[in-house]
Amino acid sequence: MGKVMPGPAEAVTGVGDGATVLIGGFGLAGMPVHLVDALIGLGVGDLTVVSNNAGNGDTGLAALLAAGRVRKVICSFPRQADSYVFDRLYRAGKIELEVVPQGNLAERMRAAGAGIGAFYCPTGVGTPLADGKETRTIDGREYVLEYPIHGDVALIGAHAGDPLGNLVYRKTARNFGPVMATAATVTVAQVTHLVAVGQLDPEAVVTPGIYVDRLVEVGR
Amino acid sequence: MTGTVEHPDRPPLDRDEMARVVARDIPDGAYVNLGIGQPTAVADHLDPARGIILHTENGMLGMGPPAVGDDVDPDLTNAGKQPVTELPGAAYFHHADSFAMMRGGHLDVCIMGAFQVSERGDLANWHTGAPDAIPAVGGAMDLAIGAKEVFVMMALFARDGTPKLVPRCTYPLTGLACVSRVYTELATFRVGPDGVRVVETFGTTVAELARRVPVIHRLA
Repeated sequence: MGKVMPGPAEAVTGVGDGATVLIGGFGLAGMPVHLVDALIGLGVGDLTVVSNNAGNGDTGLAALLAAGRVRKVICSFPRQADSYVFDRLYRAGKIELEVVPQGNLAERMRAAGAGIGAFYCPTGVGTPLADGKETRTIDGREYVLEYPIHGDVALIGAHAGDPLGNLVYRKTARNFGPVMATAATVTVAQVTHLVAVGQLDPEAVVTPGIYVDRLVEVGR
Repeated sequence: MTGTVEHPDRPPLDRDEMARVVARDIPDGAYVNLGIGQPTAVADHLDPARGIILHTENGMLGMGPPAVGDDVDPDLTNAGKQPVTELPGAAYFHHADSFAMMRGGHLDVCIMGAFQVSERGDLANWHTGAPDAIPAVGGAMDLAIGAKEVFVMMALFARDGTPKLVPRCTYPLTGLACVSRVYTELATFRVGPDGVRVVETFGTTVAELARRVPVIHRLA
């Protein structure tokens, strides 16, 4: 009980140096900017960040990178028109990068949240991203063995949540949120609207509260 | 080369005409993913009456045209993170579902750009392999092996004049034997286990193409 936090700072307490942090969002859609800012304020470093991109512009994940708190980024698409913060760090050799196909990134976190030890996946067969990985032929098709990605903490953004942690999302800002929510030891959601228990249609809940440990209302 | 249509007197296709030719080849009612960049323009040539439904990897079916003015919503973007709209009957889903529908063989066609395509349909489009390049794969590998058909839109020749339709890709691979059709400004091709077949030429002839593109010559 007591999942509702008074502010983003309280919502991210307990994240330690060296933690693996799953950060939701596809670009800035669904990016939990308030929670990431709070993480910067917390002062922890040596983080491994798992996110689809490696920061856009100067806010959210890009600000965390600029603050020098991240040792390694695991993502599918670091290089973008506005990824200059990451680009500079990468070219200066100040940050590690593991590139993962976008679907594998999602499925590896899904596996972590679903108790799957590893899975055979056809994505990346015959490419450099499968180098050194175990493969197996099943029914004549080749697959690569992929392992789960588990987070110490997941920071996600949602449209509305209730005090039990049930969440609904808005449009394509849903993206990685529901998957990351299942894959971390502690899941923290920033929600645009905090609503009373009973106000969310149970048929429409996307992330059931069992996956959410803390939530904080941040408004628009 | 039975079935090949030559238009030696027509100018090569411009980008808009290429998009129109690709659009013509998409089956009515298909579920289609349009890659970032040039393939996005295919949407401009899809008559709504044909019932083609666009998938965007960041979690949506039923994607509509680009959003302008008051319709711009930061929570509603395409894979290129550009603001888009939703059509009646649209559906949103999380990232693991979005890629499950690719990998699971539910998506009919995806259209991507390429650095190179090999004569057996290998695709290279994510990384030049240059030492200073920042690798970024996004959803390309998942789409390459997941969609039932992969169409490529690209220039037939690189800036240095070498063909991009090659015996073997020299750039890092995205997927093996996955491309079924290639659209260029000078010709369209079918690619498969039997090699490359010229479907239609624009501003050139098969004989002339064969002189400049060895994989065509070998099979002519």
